[in-house]
Amino acid sequence: MSALRVRGLRKRYGDLEVVAGVDLDIAPGECFGLLGPNGAGKTTTLRLCLGLVDPDGGDIDLLGHRVPERAREARAKVGVVPQFDSLDPDFSTAENLAVYGRYFGLADAQIAPRIPGLLEFAGLGARARAPIRPLSGGMKRRLTLARALVNDPQLLFMDEPTTGLDPQARHLIWERLKQLAQQGRTIVLTTHFMEEAERLCGRVAIMDRGRIIVEGSPRALIREHVAAQVVEVHGPGLEAWAERARGLAPRVERVGETVFCYVQEADALIAGLRAEPELAYLLRPANLEDVFLKLTGRDLRD
Amino acid sequence: MTRFYAFPELSPRCLAVWRRNFLVWRKLAVPSILGNLADPLIMLFGLGYGLGAVLGKMGGSSYFAFLAAGFLASATMYAATFESLFSAFSRMHVQKTWEAILNAPMTLDDVVAGEWAWAATKALAAGLCMFAVVAAFGYASLPAALAAIPVIVLVGLAFAGMGLVVNSLATGYDFFSYYMTLLLTPMMMLSGVFFPVDRLPAPIQALAQALPLYHGVALVRPLLGGAWPPAAPLHLAVLAAYALGSLYLAAVFTRRRLLR
Repeated sequence: MSALRVRGLRKRYGDLEVVAGVDLDIAPGECFGLLGPNGAGKTTTLRLCLGLVDPDGGDIDLLGHRVPERAREARAKVGVVPQFDSLDPDFSTAENLAVYGRYFGLADAQIAPRIPGLLEFAGLGARARAPIRPLSGGMKRRLTLARALVNDPQLLFMDEPTTGLDPQARHLIWERLKQLAQQGRTIVLTTHFMEEAERLCGRVAIMDRGRIIVEGSPRALIREHVAAQVVEVHGPGLEAWAERARGLAPRVERVGETVFCYVQEADALIAGLRAEPELAYLLRPANLEDVFLKLTGRDLRD
Repeated sequence: MTRFYAFPELSPRCLAVWRRNFLVWRKLAVPSILGNLADPLIMLFGLGYGLGAVLGKMGGSSYFAFLAAGFLASATMYAATFESLFSAFSRMHVQKTWEAILNAPMTLDDVVAGEWAWAATKALAAGLCMFAVVAAFGYASLPAALAAIPVIVLVGLAFAGMGLVVNSLATGYDFFSYYMTLLLTPMMMLSGVFFPVDRLPAPIQALAQALPLYHGVALVRPLLGGAWPPAAPLHLAVLAAYALGSLYLAAVFTRRRLLR
């Protein structure tokens, strides 16, 4: 049985169909990434799955409960890390956890013994009485993650869990998420950091304009949609070189002042580039971002 | 869409919201009560003794006693209003507290009902403090005057609901000054807080009788003096209608604002 099963999900705002027929099957214990540019419908999909918004069509089953009809029962077994900080500034770190636990109908005697462990998990063990406002962005995000665990959830929804964090804070969140996945919890995260999705997610779906356009493991998607190697080239004389490169690479793409060559084997291209001292180049393995940009295009989505 | 127009489901879950607000208030209870009471008390003593010396008796009692009953009702009104406007708006819009609560197994009905009950509780606290001051100065005939307390609760619920309606439509804090200056200030003038309404022209009296504060004052004033108010069931019914009607509208408008 799926932890989350979605069929034909639709949501329309005015003339715009923000979610236009989404199907999802997420297995228990899976870490699933929902990727997509801004406005692709990721957050709306999450809100629909939580039963916060009524869909215009489709079926949602979350941990065995129909949503939105039985959303309250479903949410009792779910933890949510929202995109924007919603910690309670009127309370200390420990009070934030205690007060949040009550929204799950948990008795204080059930919550209190969990709090030290949760604060430890958030790396805030020594700051139980600390106020929220002076905490760093990373600390706040970790506390939000701990808050989402107060009901010992089977499934976690995370909306862009590391947006706005510095590398240290981001890596710490990633470690924590891996820990949670190892405990057998299902994780559904949205992100537009492809690196994050590649590291954490066993399976990802790329969403654009309300639809899921591809789905699979990050490695399989890279294999399927882009060649193994990418050579990025820029510098004077790019134009002439790019014409010649077209013979050596199956896909050559020009974006502004950079040429991207997608190839299985880059030796011939690199040999040629060594003879062009004016041109700067970078050889790297293809990644999920290449797939993402190929499928959703390079246009800005503001 | 039917969900948008249903009467809010009242579940005991809303107590978690009430309790959250109570815990915050407990940290700042003394300054909060003083803040709520300073204004009506200064007005009461200034006008009550100052104007009272000029006016003499009003409605068979001293002007101070007359004014005390009016300010008891209006202090309750303002306490419910401040909590359901500024404080609720901070929690809904600025701090995203409501959003966080909705991610737990709580409904928006729980949140609105919890905020409604909480704002009425704060109004009750303010009303009780005013009551204590009035009683300490000997202007409440105890124990009969204690019958005013349920009326304070009802006034609190009515203005808590109305505040939450305004909150659900607000674009920012500035929005609230329209409600306060264009609605509540004239209401205070027309509801018999400062002077008896029966001296006003008939059409204005009719308008006054449509206002919830008028009915609150009409109940509290005789009750403080130890008398049973005339037409009490009517006054209670109007207050109850305002309380439940505004709770309903607040739920509908807040759903439209947040659940889309």
